[in-house]
Amino acid sequence: MSEGALNRLARLLPAERLLVRPEQLAAYESDGLTVFRTRPLGIAVPETADEVIALVRFCHDERLPFVPRGSGTSLSGGSLPVANGIVIALNRLNRILRLDPALRVAVVEPGVVNAQVSLAAAAHRLHYAPDPSSQPICTIGGNVAFNAGGAHCLKYGMTSNHVLGIKAVLATGEVVQWGGSSRENVGPDWCGLFTGNEGLFGIALEIILQLLPRAECFHTVLAGYRTLEQAGEAVSAVIASGLLPGAIEIMDALALEAAKAAVHAEYPPGCEAVLIVELEGPREAVAADRVRLDAIIAASAPVESRPARDGEERLAIWKGRKSAFSAVGRLSPDFIVQDGVVPRRRLGEALRRIGEMAREAGVRCGNVFHAGDGNLHPLILFDGRQKGALERAEALAGRILRMCIEMGGSITGEHGIGAEKREYLGAMFTADEVECMKRLHNAFDPFGISNPGKMFPGAEAPALSQRGLHPLEQAGLLSRE
Amino acid sequence: MSAPLLPHSVPELVEAVRSAPRVLAVGAQTKPRLGAVEAARISTAALKGILEYEPSEFTFTALAGTPVRELAAALAERGQYLPFDPLFLDAGATLGGTVAAGLSGPGRFRFGGVRDFILGVRFIDGAGRLLRMGGKVVKNAAGFDLPKFFVGSLGRFGVLAEITFKVFPRPASQLTLRLKTDGVENSARMLMDAASTRWEADALDLPPEGKGLLLRLAGPAAALEQLSSEVLGRWPGTRLTETEAEASWSGLRELRWAHAEGPLVKVALTPVALPLLDRVLAALEGTRVHVSAGGNVAFVSLASGSASTALDERLRGLGLSGVGLRGPGPLWYGEKARPKIALAVKQALDAEGRFPALDE
Repeated sequence: MSEGALNRLARLLPAERLLVRPEQLAAYESDGLTVFRTRPLGIAVPETADEVIALVRFCHDERLPFVPRGSGTSLSGGSLPVANGIVIALNRLNRILRLDPALRVAVVEPGVVNAQVSLAAAAHRLHYAPDPSSQPICTIGGNVAFNAGGAHCLKYGMTSNHVLGIKAVLATGEVVQWGGSSRENVGPDWCGLFTGNEGLFGIALEIILQLLPRAECFHTVLAGYRTLEQAGEAVSAVIASGLLPGAIEIMDALALEAAKAAVHAEYPPGCEAVLIVELEGPREAVAADRVRLDAIIAASAPVESRPARDGEERLAIWKGRKSAFSAVGRLSPDFIVQDGVVPRRRLGEALRRIGEMAREAGVRCGNVFHAGDGNLHPLILFDGRQKGALERAEALAGRILRMCIEMGGSITGEHGIGAEKREYLGAMFTADEVECMKRLHNAFDPFGISNPGKMFPGAEAPALSQRGLHPLEQAGLLSRE
Repeated sequence: MSAPLLPHSVPELVEAVRSAPRVLAVGAQTKPRLGAVEAARISTAALKGILEYEPSEFTFTALAGTPVRELAAALAERGQYLPFDPLFLDAGATLGGTVAAGLSGPGRFRFGGVRDFILGVRFIDGAGRLLRMGGKVVKNAAGFDLPKFFVGSLGRFGVLAEITFKVFPRPASQLTLRLKTDGVENSARMLMDAASTRWEADALDLPPEGKGLLLRLAGPAAALEQLSSEVLGRWPGTRLTETEAEASWSGLRELRWAHAEGPLVKVALTPVALPLLDRVLAALEGTRVHVSAGGNVAFVSLASGSASTALDERLRGLGLSGVGLRGPGPLWYGEKARPKIALAVKQALDAEGRFPALDE
């Protein structure tokens, strides 16, 4: 960027909200995918939607690349900066503009933290369903851009299933408004298309979220199994029974070890896998369904099964589960989290093959996964100080992704392609299909200035580095899933 | 108009799209207003069949011309269903038509509509390329979500060949209550109140002709007995027998209550806008309306085409939008935003203008 452009940019914001000093830029060099780092030219910190619009229009006029960013928790390098562009940090657009309990919607700015929505809605016995593990810190803007998931997707869907309306500034500077407070829509589903755009279309300024009544009652069971296969069979039995649990999760031995170390979670001894199944709904319905679930679990021959006796025990189970990723940081200086999806019936086979591939590569690999929807999260451990370790880890990650495609699944269930998996887009889609997506991208962003280097292969490669945990992880504020 | 093209396979469908400069795919024509535009017709009537159905995956893939009724029957055999109560089931509506029309029935209230259950598509773009978007597994975040975009886009951006859907296990039982209502303000309030309760209602509808409020519960039978007593303790009403319930819901699903000839319009709304809409509709003589999905959508049946202009203007006045499904009158009603990006996306998917534009 020329000095002239920087000076013109400086006219849009007060000096203290345009960060250009190296020590200020350092904090924005990477996101949840810490192996990638790039120093941007500057950080713009708008406080209002009008300022964001002005910034995007400025970038459009100047052909200046920009990377929208919330809390920087992306695990696919979704908010990785570009060296020849700026970061637009949206954290100060953090107002819940309206919370309407009668219509059960919340209208929020992109910098609102996910968990804040449910917190604000709790007074009305409502909640916002999507619950990525990073929910205490990740923002709705980022959730919308990457169509974030969580532990409850089988029953409730992903972020896109909860976005009713979007006001956005597109990369062309055009401001659009789609959808509204109604659950129904007339005409093409623009909100559906925008959600999951990975920041390539523009920046959401206001998002209308649907809220759901908070389930009255939960029944959460934690069951330990000798083998992963047994845990997998228990999942199949639950699915075959016709029950629709809110969540079905599995943690393997390595993940259990990590959770024990991190939050002192306790698990049945001698188990290779732990299964978590949660029913939710009106108390009468849960009471009827739990009888069936408990019988299925009992028949699956667990080492031990522990139903949560109260809300506190339930929260403890989830705390252990959601901490598993950042907890792995205690076992290894560095790690990569993968996010592939396989058909559920092939989970056992997928896990066995991942184990074999990891052994062949001489790399430690743990697994935590959303068993209900076949979404795997292999945790590939490595020590970046050792020569070639990162490359070996990445090679294993690549083999796992190809396996997911080959099994008829997906390279990403909820993290997005981002900067990390873009070389695999062409393995999942044909050249014609990638071209179609590029034409769509071009319609929204003809100059390629909005979050460049994400989703599509062939862009400039980001610098690799390996420096251990993200500072927020070290502070215990961020967890990866 | 010449006879429609009748491809029997996906390659033949590709050929059909390429064969004419201007085409539109049609299914069983249960929503004829959506396709009332000058273009060669491609019928999906011979593109029927379930390609993959794996109950343990909660997914199926079927050809676009598959009647939803056949799908529903195949799913029911394995204790599963499409929870959004697809409309015009008995009338023969196809899967592709249901997606292109963006139509969901009363069951969309609890778990969402067509848009929430579509996972992937194979479609043919304006250049005649056969492309797959989305995925075949219940969770997928790779690439742009074009499958959702096709919901409600009336075949104007591509021709659907195959569609993959997520399905759910069918609840063990259902129970329907007819609750007494007292005017539209009161009905709107009841819809909003009931939606926020612990009951997790499966459907909340106001059938036409002031026949009270239908509240459907779904789940384990024992639980529904207890929940229904609580509902009836709060609002007076009666419990429908299974036969009565089936007749009520299938009547709504098939829109049997609507005028045979006049315009039938889907209007997206919120329950707070319901009293305003009611006032507008009351001024149009002979109008019937079914308010569905907890007050988030209204199906409006006008007695004659002459009232459609007034409906269009009044919906605009209320800031509401609608789409005409059958009968005379406009395709789009009320508020209509056409940002520049809509044209750019049309260019991206159909540069040649092989499919009609949204506003034709």
